[in-house]
Amino acid sequence: MPTLTVDGVEITVEPGTTVLQACEEAGAEIPRFCYHERLSIAGNCRMCLVEMEKSPKLIASCAMPAGDGMVIHTNSPKVKEGREGAMEFLLINHPLDCPICDQGGECDLQDQSMTYGSGTSRYHELKRAVAEKNMGPLIKTTMTRCIHCTRCIRFATEVAGVEDLGAINRGENMEITTYLEQALDSELSGNIIDLCPVGALTSKPYAFTARPWELSKTESIDALDAVGANIRVDSRGQEVMRILPRLNEDINEEWLADRSRFSYDGLKTQRLDTPYVRKDGKLQAASWGDAFEAIATKLDGLDGAKIGAIAGDLACAESMKALKDLMDMLGSPNIDCRQDSAALSTETRGAYLFNTTIAGIEEADALLIVGSNPRHEAALINARIRKRWKMGGFPIALIGEQLDLNYKYDYLGAGPATLKEVADGKHSFAETLKTAERPMIIVGQGALSRSDGAAILALAKKIADSFGLVSDDWNGFNILHTAAARVGGLDLGLVPGEGGKSAKEMLDGSLDVLFMLGADEIDTSRLEKSFVIYQGSHGDAGASVADVILPGAAFTEKDATWVNTEGRVQLGRRAIFPPGEAREDWTILRALSEKLGKTLPYNTISELRQKMAEAAPHFAEIDQVTPAPWGAFGTEGAIEDTPFVSPVTDYYLTNPISRASRIMAECSATFSKVKSEGTGTNG
Amino acid sequence: MLKDQDRIFTNLYGIHDWKLAGAKSRGIWDNTKALIEMGQDGIIDAMKESGLRGRGGAGFPTGLKWSFMPKESDGRPSYLVVNADESEPGTCKDREIMRFDPHRLLEGCLVAGFAMRAVAAYIYIRGEFVQEAINLEIAIQEAYADGLIGKNAANSGYDFDIYLHRGAGAYICGEETALIESLEGNKGQPRLKPPFPANVGVWGCPSTVNNVESIAVAPEILRRGEGWFSGLGRPNNTGTKLFCISGHVNKPCNVEEEMGIPLKELIEKHAGGVRGGWDNLLAIIPGGSSVPLLPKSICDDILMDFDSLRDAQSGLGTAAVIVMDKSTDVIRAIERLSHFYKHESCGQCTPCREGTGWMWRVMQRLVSGDAEIEEIDMLINVSKRIEGHTICALGDAAAWPIQGLVRHFRPVIEERIKSRKAARAA
Amino acid sequence: MSQVIETGKAFEFTPENIEKAKVFIAKYPEGRQQSAVMPLLDLAQRQNENWLSKEALEYVGNFLDIPYMRVLEVATFYTMYNLKPVGKYFLQLCRTTPCWLRGSDDLEAVCKNKLGISNGETTEDGMFSLLEVECLGACVNAPVVQINDDFYEDLNAENFEAVLDKLAKGDVPPKGPQIDRINSAPEGGPTTLLEKTEGA
Repeated sequence: MPTLTVDGVEITVEPGTTVLQACEEAGAEIPRFCYHERLSIAGNCRMCLVEMEKSPKLIASCAMPAGDGMVIHTNSPKVKEGREGAMEFLLINHPLDCPICDQGGECDLQDQSMTYGSGTSRYHELKRAVAEKNMGPLIKTTMTRCIHCTRCIRFATEVAGVEDLGAINRGENMEITTYLEQALDSELSGNIIDLCPVGALTSKPYAFTARPWELSKTESIDALDAVGANIRVDSRGQEVMRILPRLNEDINEEWLADRSRFSYDGLKTQRLDTPYVRKDGKLQAASWGDAFEAIATKLDGLDGAKIGAIAGDLACAESMKALKDLMDMLGSPNIDCRQDSAALSTETRGAYLFNTTIAGIEEADALLIVGSNPRHEAALINARIRKRWKMGGFPIALIGEQLDLNYKYDYLGAGPATLKEVADGKHSFAETLKTAERPMIIVGQGALSRSDGAAILALAKKIADSFGLVSDDWNGFNILHTAAARVGGLDLGLVPGEGGKSAKEMLDGSLDVLFMLGADEIDTSRLEKSFVIYQGSHGDAGASVADVILPGAAFTEKDATWVNTEGRVQLGRRAIFPPGEAREDWTILRALSEKLGKTLPYNTISELRQKMAEAAPHFAEIDQVTPAPWGAFGTEGAIEDTPFVSPVTDYYLTNPISRASRIMAECSATFSKVKSEGTGTNG
Repeated sequence: MLKDQDRIFTNLYGIHDWKLAGAKSRGIWDNTKALIEMGQDGIIDAMKESGLRGRGGAGFPTGLKWSFMPKESDGRPSYLVVNADESEPGTCKDREIMRFDPHRLLEGCLVAGFAMRAVAAYIYIRGEFVQEAINLEIAIQEAYADGLIGKNAANSGYDFDIYLHRGAGAYICGEETALIESLEGNKGQPRLKPPFPANVGVWGCPSTVNNVESIAVAPEILRRGEGWFSGLGRPNNTGTKLFCISGHVNKPCNVEEEMGIPLKELIEKHAGGVRGGWDNLLAIIPGGSSVPLLPKSICDDILMDFDSLRDAQSGLGTAAVIVMDKSTDVIRAIERLSHFYKHESCGQCTPCREGTGWMWRVMQRLVSGDAEIEEIDMLINVSKRIEGHTICALGDAAAWPIQGLVRHFRPVIEERIKSRKAARAA
Repeated sequence: MSQVIETGKAFEFTPENIEKAKVFIAKYPEGRQQSAVMPLLDLAQRQNENWLSKEALEYVGNFLDIPYMRVLEVATFYTMYNLKPVGKYFLQLCRTTPCWLRGSDDLEAVCKNKLGISNGETTEDGMFSLLEVECLGACVNAPVVQINDDFYEDLNAENFEAVLDKLAKGDVPPKGPQIDRINSAPEGGPTTLLEKTEGA
């Protein structure tokens, strides 16, 4: 533990700490542009120079390991001169076009020049101009502003695992670009916008729409996949202007995936902003009263067995709890939160969670991926796998589709037969799992949402049990979900009751009334005879077959709870109000229940949440992961030959909000189309 | 003047056969085994005793540098990397070693490589030296064929490989860590230190980067004895040295001379004197473009070695002597160098990337006189803001020639500005 | 604007060059084949009339299994890779101080007046391209022009014109000093190494 002196303050730091970190611990502020905690050290901006006694030159504090006995000065005249010099050099060729720069107001260069710059310019030569570079539909470039810190390159190569970004030429002609100006093909590309300390890389969709100081900032949770990334929703008036990541070391660190960051324009289009009732075959705008009346009329005297409900992928726990309670009161055992009918077992909670936890991946020492494309199903979890892989000593094997995951893995095979080989210990990777101290398996929905899903789950369980994936202090069994609603739904019991129908069975048209809570990723082709009630935010697949539409809130428009794939309960917060007549979802169900004479027993969200906690106590433990019990589950059975296929066929278009987004459509056209055409799987 | 018998580079001018047979006739590869039998410590001690300081410009003691290499491997191999990226303006000595005396370098590689427990040497030669690379490659093949390198090199029981790697046009690759990056197939951008190459060098392995001349003289030092070498020159500035004399002399040339030879003697004895006579001398850059120039008054009696030139606020550098007579537009001479550094900046770190271009543009205006007198001080201030603030020494190298110019020729610059103003007013 | 030219024609090494490429790769430790990117780019350039097309860059990337971006970075960082076609005789005129002191400006004027080309240009007949370069490392033989692989030294307007004339006619004049001089020895003969040394 080296002890050093920073500005007269003696401080002892962990071995491996840099001088910069030590200075911060000692309370000295060190300006920087290129340094970033989560990226390799570049040491190129020279802004963090400090004086080290006995060194004739100033040292780059970001790159210097703290050593015992070092005496550091961060505020000497020499240091001040060094910083002022670095600042001046950064500014001489910077355009100073702050009034028309989207970074204005949140620009490191702007901020630091106020503190460390000289305030005047001595540069009388012509400033350099750099041509803008195409980086695709998400990232706007103004490369004249670039200060060559290379954070973007380091992020792309190190975190995202794509080598498309680099710096060409040299000296003052050095330019950051993608290879031949192709679009940056990464699900994490938007993060380079956050990382860019200046306005060289800004958000294309957000361009010139707002200034940061005009925005209301709401800390919330992303609901477009099952990761539960922590986000900040920036809104102005009743409009979401942008979505940014919020630091959560356990989940998304400080990153956000592109679909979650850029789908927000989908919040403004295709919205269901008033109730509708189908009359003469056509959906017509109606009042809440008319819509409830139509439902009440239909349900009047109907046997509960003829009623069913499916909860979709974005549904919040509150609305699912209300739906479940309502169905119970109506006497219906037909309820399912698994649109895809995945063979998820609710026998024990550990059977459907990502038990290792996302941060726990970093502790693992072997990984088997089964029927999943984590890059598209949970891009941030994939980034965590890559992070672990980069540390070394982490053999990864995959059974399923052979895709580029941005890390190397052993490809074992396409389907269940290979999985069985591993489970039977007949495959060499079984040995790898067995000898590992903290092995893990990730089972994707592509492996479970098939007719032999239960048998697949049983094989995965067998692997977990026989190769030591689960022990007292380690649970390496992981289900990777793709839907934000799924774990909450399972926790709250949104699975068929005694004699109840599954989603698949409900969709065969045998029910008289089907209530769809934001269910859009389903086959609606056989529902002509069913009276469909669709509650949700967007006019997508579900609404198009509905007889009554109840306009709900999007995830940014309600205070609501989601449980991520780890089983972590998190609270989203309302950033703006739902549009028009749309309402927060649980209140719709509460109002409907009253109309139906089956009034739900809660008048406020806290009363509802109390009921949720009664049903599943972990709902009271916000932001925590409670280790889930591990027990018997799974039913052995016959397996099929068909290969595993990921449920995500187009990363950018997985949910109604993203499908309504023009930005996502553009991304899909740029990235997904090319790929699918290229591989010939487009039909 | 150095006696011919004390000269190491006996085929400096390529008069004799450069191939193996000729090399052997000049005493190269003569019982190299005996040198290796001195043992690692023996060789390093002798090199330390000889006082040899690195010939690439910085003058770091060679034996000491070798001693930084790990004595026991942690599983990683060690490498010797020979810096043959000779690109410092004014310097063209390593070129002669490689094309006319390549075996001297190869023998040095084996001895030095053995001393630092390296498994192989990589010689990084600048890409423009095509013929030199061809000769060197032939020499390497000859040495392999003759059992002088490879398995049981020169019957020493030591296995040692030598590989040639050609650069492709980048002065910065003469900086040791940039060279390592380049050798790994990357852009030649210097690394942050620490870690130093002796800990983490090429491919993450312990490495030592030495200049061609430093390596090439090693076998001869060991053969003749460290005392012979240290007996030449002055204390702390021992031995012989290749000097490159270019610019306004009657007979530009390379020559091997004793360290500490007076500059005037060097030029008059070997380069036919300054064009138009010694009194026609304006200034001399004594150690390659990176060191500050010296006006004639200092040149009159300065000695050519590390300490003497350092005391004169310049440096021995690569011992490349660039002579400028009184016809020289000295501002333009330095402006050309400023352009050189701007052109060769790798672009990695801020002060160098931005500052070298700024300085060059101001220098251009100083050439024409389109500047303000105050800008001279500003230019010096800018150079000071680069110096010492960059990742590698290129920033310093870009700053020093300008600082030297202003130190010694400020009136010339001021006069240029004034007359330009007067001309415009008229 | 991309600096890279796509020709539409596939590039691949000749069988002979594939063997050479393998020899280059074998110089470096296992798994360090990226080290061979510079020699392979050089090899590709030599096979491709002294310049590198997009196809050649990508071929090298594929050959070494390294990302195209890393190849492009290298190809644009080092000055010796030509990313556009150059003339049959590629004149690299040193313009750094030691050559300038000894008249490199005169050589530039020869190019301008005789060949009609300035820095970065190629003659219409595709015979000559001119590139002003920084120090070539032959300063005691200044001024120097590198023509393709060879250094032509101790030039002046007159003998440089003679060299160009010969090249234009299809002759290749002897490289090295263009005045009466042995390599880097002083003009008129060495001042050292005069004693008969052993074996020499």
